[in-house]
Amino acid sequence: MTTSIFYIVVGILTIISFIKDKTKTKKALKIGFNSFRKLLPSIIPMMIGIGLILSILSPNTVSQLLGEKSGILGAITAMVIGSIAFMPSFVAFPLGANLLSHGAGFPQIAGFISSLMAVGVVSLGLEIKYFGKMTAILRNITALTASIVFVLLVWRLM
Amino acid sequence: MKEKIVKYKWALLMLLSLILVNWALPDIGKSANSLTLSNFGTMLSVLPPIMLLIGLLDVWVPKETMIRYMGEHSGPTGFLIAFFLGSFAAGPLYAAFPVAAILLKKRAKITNVLFFLGVWSTAKLPMVMFEYTSFGGKFTFIHILSNLTVFLIGAIVLEKVLSKDEKEHIYQIATELA
Repeated sequence: MTTSIFYIVVGILTIISFIKDKTKTKKALKIGFNSFRKLLPSIIPMMIGIGLILSILSPNTVSQLLGEKSGILGAITAMVIGSIAFMPSFVAFPLGANLLSHGAGFPQIAGFISSLMAVGVVSLGLEIKYFGKMTAILRNITALTASIVFVLLVWRLM
Repeated sequence: MKEKIVKYKWALLMLLSLILVNWALPDIGKSANSLTLSNFGTMLSVLPPIMLLIGLLDVWVPKETMIRYMGEHSGPTGFLIAFFLGSFAAGPLYAAFPVAAILLKKRAKITNVLFFLGVWSTAKLPMVMFEYTSFGGKFTFIHILSNLTVFLIGAIVLEKVLSKDEKEHIYQIATELA
């Protein structure tokens, strides 16, 4: 749904660009394709790596690990799993809602969802390639901090 | 040929692991295969418009414009643009990296680019609506507010921590990849 809107918007922009300047648009296409090509050597192993990790860390396993566990240990586990696992939000959100109805607490779900979205252990290699080691690691630490803050707030407020 | 192999060594290594898993643990291998395929499917459906957008940004937005609106002295405007760029996004975080790289290539401030990555990861508009329906308003509100605050502080601190040389290095590698 979102993706198709994105396709339409970028498609319209490309058409406008083409009408205004043919050569520039051709150059844009070339640049876009080139960045895609540069992305490939790091993104292909990532896709396979995620496939391997998720085949072990499936939604089922996640349910088992977070299902009835609560307390600080549960929240920490949730954040560790969230940082390593890699699943799209449209899989993660229903999974989280399901976990809630099966006895998991809000703080654990908060830790899982938040670190899942913002911390990327699997994509760290790619991130380092783009922004250097220091920036990539510090950004992920910031994201982990954000998840911890979120968990603590949910713990107090919900 | 040799160059290609070196370039794709990680891809080959991963492919080898996948084959190994298929051979040793056929059950897990099977699900790993289908998950890997679906990952490639997502990637191929998400990336083309983003790559096209990067190309268009590169040819149509001059460096001066980017510096004015997102650069060193852009102030709150830069943050706002970073916020809107991030929240209207679609796709997983790895798709944001090349976009961030083109912003850096055009000399957007590092703080703004990092904040953009934070917003992309947490507060993409369609996902916010989905989160709201899954976990309720209070949860979503605390999530967005707390995470964006930390990302903002983190982005400002990181810019302060980096030396001039390190910043220049970041701009350079991003420019090469964009």
